[in-house]
Amino acid sequence: MSMLALFSRRRRYDDLSVSIQEHIAERADELEAEGMPRAQAEQTARREFGNVGLVEQRSREAWQWPALESILADLKFIGRRLRRSPGFTVTVLLTLAIGIGANTAVFSVLNSVLLKPLPYPEPDRLVSLTLEAPGAEGLSDFINGLRLSASMYFTFARHNRTFESLGVWMPSTANVTGLAQPEEVHSEMVTDGVLQTLSVPPLLGRWLTAVDQDPKGIKSVVLSYGYWQRRFGGDSSAIGRSIMIDSDAREIVGVMPRGFRLVDQDFDVLLPVAFDPQNEPLAGFGYQGIARLKPGIPITQADADIARLIPLWMDSWTNGPGTNPHWYEIWRITPALRPLKQAVIGDVSQVLWVVMATIGLVLLIACTNVANLLLVRAESRQQDLAVRSALGAGRGRIARELLLESVTLGLLGGVVAVVIASEGLRLLVAVGPANLPRLHEISLDVRSLGFTFFLAVFSGLLFGAIPAFKYAGGHMRSIFSGAARTSSATRERQRSRKILVIAQVAMALVLLISALLMIRTFLQLRNVDPGFSGAPNLQTLRISIPDSLVPDDRQVMQIQSSILAELAALPGVSSAGFAEALPMEGIDPNWDEIRFEGKPDNNDHPPLRLFNFVSPGYFHVMGTRFVAGRDFTWDDNFDMRPVAILSENLARETFGSPAAAIGKRFRQFSSMPWQVVIGVVQDVRHNGVAEPPPFTVYWAAMSANPYKANTIHAPRSVTFALRSGRAGTQAFFNEVQQAVWHVNSSLPLASVQTMQEIYSKSLARTSFTLVMLAIAGSMALLLGIIGIYGVISYAVSQRTREIGIRLALGAQKSELKWMFVRSALVLTAIGVVVGLCAAASLMQLMKSLLFGISPLDPFTYIAIPVVLVAAAAVASYLPARRAASINPVEALRAD
Amino acid sequence: MAKNSERRDLFPGALELMILQSLRLRPMHGYALVKHIKQVSDNLLEVEEGSLYPALQRMLREGWLDSEAGTSAKGRPTRIYRVTAAGLRHLEQEVSSFEKMFAGITRVLAVAQP
Repeated sequence: MSMLALFSRRRRYDDLSVSIQEHIAERADELEAEGMPRAQAEQTARREFGNVGLVEQRSREAWQWPALESILADLKFIGRRLRRSPGFTVTVLLTLAIGIGANTAVFSVLNSVLLKPLPYPEPDRLVSLTLEAPGAEGLSDFINGLRLSASMYFTFARHNRTFESLGVWMPSTANVTGLAQPEEVHSEMVTDGVLQTLSVPPLLGRWLTAVDQDPKGIKSVVLSYGYWQRRFGGDSSAIGRSIMIDSDAREIVGVMPRGFRLVDQDFDVLLPVAFDPQNEPLAGFGYQGIARLKPGIPITQADADIARLIPLWMDSWTNGPGTNPHWYEIWRITPALRPLKQAVIGDVSQVLWVVMATIGLVLLIACTNVANLLLVRAESRQQDLAVRSALGAGRGRIARELLLESVTLGLLGGVVAVVIASEGLRLLVAVGPANLPRLHEISLDVRSLGFTFFLAVFSGLLFGAIPAFKYAGGHMRSIFSGAARTSSATRERQRSRKILVIAQVAMALVLLISALLMIRTFLQLRNVDPGFSGAPNLQTLRISIPDSLVPDDRQVMQIQSSILAELAALPGVSSAGFAEALPMEGIDPNWDEIRFEGKPDNNDHPPLRLFNFVSPGYFHVMGTRFVAGRDFTWDDNFDMRPVAILSENLARETFGSPAAAIGKRFRQFSSMPWQVVIGVVQDVRHNGVAEPPPFTVYWAAMSANPYKANTIHAPRSVTFALRSGRAGTQAFFNEVQQAVWHVNSSLPLASVQTMQEIYSKSLARTSFTLVMLAIAGSMALLLGIIGIYGVISYAVSQRTREIGIRLALGAQKSELKWMFVRSALVLTAIGVVVGLCAAASLMQLMKSLLFGISPLDPFTYIAIPVVLVAAAAVASYLPARRAASINPVEALRAD
Repeated sequence: MAKNSERRDLFPGALELMILQSLRLRPMHGYALVKHIKQVSDNLLEVEEGSLYPALQRMLREGWLDSEAGTSAKGRPTRIYRVTAAGLRHLEQEVSSFEKMFAGITRVLAVAQP
């Protein structure tokens, strides 16, 4: 409203008052002239005129938006009333702020992770190129279905009809030397098409394109914003400079903008892969593929396009002379393209929805508590409301005021909630549950604020509706008749509060059951033997030795064994070893088929087995037990003896018992020499505690390369494990670093963590869900107890007189106590029954989050009701005891 | 509107009609308006103050009236109301529609006489 309008309105109001004053004065004059004494004349004139205030108000309404202004007046009144009862106000505001705040926080996570589009232009057209190979038995035991090979990339990129661009990439690590200390950085190997698909323009310079991919062409690199800031201070002259990456000089050709991530990966540098465009094998399924659909092309059409190209791929490439390129038909490779967003989010969406639902339930419980408080408050205001209603305030008017009060409370709670939520989110991002995707995108945005506003108004209306509905009604005349004074609380008055308590108990029960199911899942997971032990005392670190630094494979092995010797000699280290991949690190080292001597395979295509390459002593360090046979020796390594160790499940499946496997022979294909099984180790949960242990073949770290005659296979990136009581300390890390640099000062240490950290990360999803549900459950229990306590306590205070009469007539105190406790238990029992029914159906939705227990776990379904009933008994016993201690004389005399 | 049961409620718009007609004769302040209507109608109509002032404000808002500072007969400060051109147009429309309605009612009543 403009100032002018306000000013002119003020003038109008003044005019009005002047007119009315003159009117009354003139009438008084007239009456005086008729002979009335002055004082009486003035009085009569006023009386005749009627209620000046009312007339003025109604006249002013001609200039107003009346509803709004009277609402403002109501608001002022509400503000005064809330200030007058700070205890009530603070309780309600805190309850609401926590309830709404928790919802806002979880919604912000949900919104940022699940709902917001990916931060790339036209994200709907981005797809993840995933493949399935249902015919490749054993593949599903590994971490990620079937990825793409280099030759697939060339076929798909050259011949597709449905994609605007397409590329493959692989996360990796690279050593940067020459800038400061040697440093291992997070790199991404990308092909032409990856950056084009994501379509985010570089901040400086250019993207990596086909030019960079030529193995004989220039060596280039693109930096991330963060790395550019860290190492080049954000200097734009960095473009064109060279840095040493894996001992190659590479020219910096571009810098990506701040916040740019490669799908779900933070990286330091982007390196072009150097595929041979003519001569790549069919195999090497290690790359993740992404593509951008042409506008208007549905994903099913793209699926069909890729399906068409798979035979072409087998026609165009080969694994080498004498191999059958159409062999992969057995695998039945089929495209399973997914929207990129779905691929990024993965399986976290269910966890988030479950958490959102539970937090929503907590808010409902909080609302019922507030509704209860408001009911009590409205009851104490009954007299006031009855008077107003008698003076002509309509039902609507009173309901409006009551609702306005609750919505005001809701909105005030919402404001505090935003503060709580933003702090909570800061904490969450800082703690950062490791496997929550898009963590960095989490923020309170307009949508979250809108959601908060909606929740605030909605909850305000929700908990306000019950008292408004009850007290705006017309049946209040009884108050004047004094009924309230003499009688006890009627059933009628208690009923709505009882229903609220039943609802509360039911909701609390559902939450507590879900929390206990998660706790039991967690315990089940903790009980699973992961295949290693003493995780807190295992220090791990990853070291990569690039080709360009040490070209000779045999020398790689020597460097690794020297490092191992240095590390094992450190004070406090009891043993040391290394492997290409530690359990739960998220790395699949390799996989292939093996054929056992004298064990004809049913279909000539044995299942795929996970391969891992380990140093002598590795199993001992990890605490992985030998079930039969012996470990590798250094001689096995350096002499490249044809020996291998099997996992227990593989040995049992093939030979019936671990011992029977010792001395048996196997090979991958007929041109490969037989390999002798020298040992069998217990199963290791390589992909996480909840996943079954994969069937695994362990090879000596250095072994003959079966794919290429007279060459060596020695993994260049390995994770070292040290057993020491000092694991995880900074001092220990410094000594480890010195020991490594003592062998070769160009080697950086990466992924320095204890095995316990790796283990916890693999449990992160469960523990995150567990913590959230446990918080929700305990809040629900607390609120439920408060609700029961409140209702019984209020009932006692309302029935003081009745209790007095009963006592005076000789009722036993214990009977009285029992009467109140019983009424609470009846409510709880009804709530428990309702809650059990609800839980039994709702818990089916949580099935995939559970491990080792049924969603109808009997222990949980018995324990939680017992806990709730016990809590209800205690919560009602306290006020009941007070009832029994009432002095009948005082009770009857009161009021 | 009725202060005692002998008087009838006015129909909607009647009060505005009388105010406009009265002020058309000469600009007046509130009290004078009440007295004028009472006198002219031979005490048959009495305008209640509780209705008059809200009505005046509504008519000011509609632009049918104008108000200015002035003094009453006794020299007290008050506000004098006058009809605007828009008010006159409204009055004429209302009078003609009122007359039509009144003629209609009269005819119906005449037929109904035994």
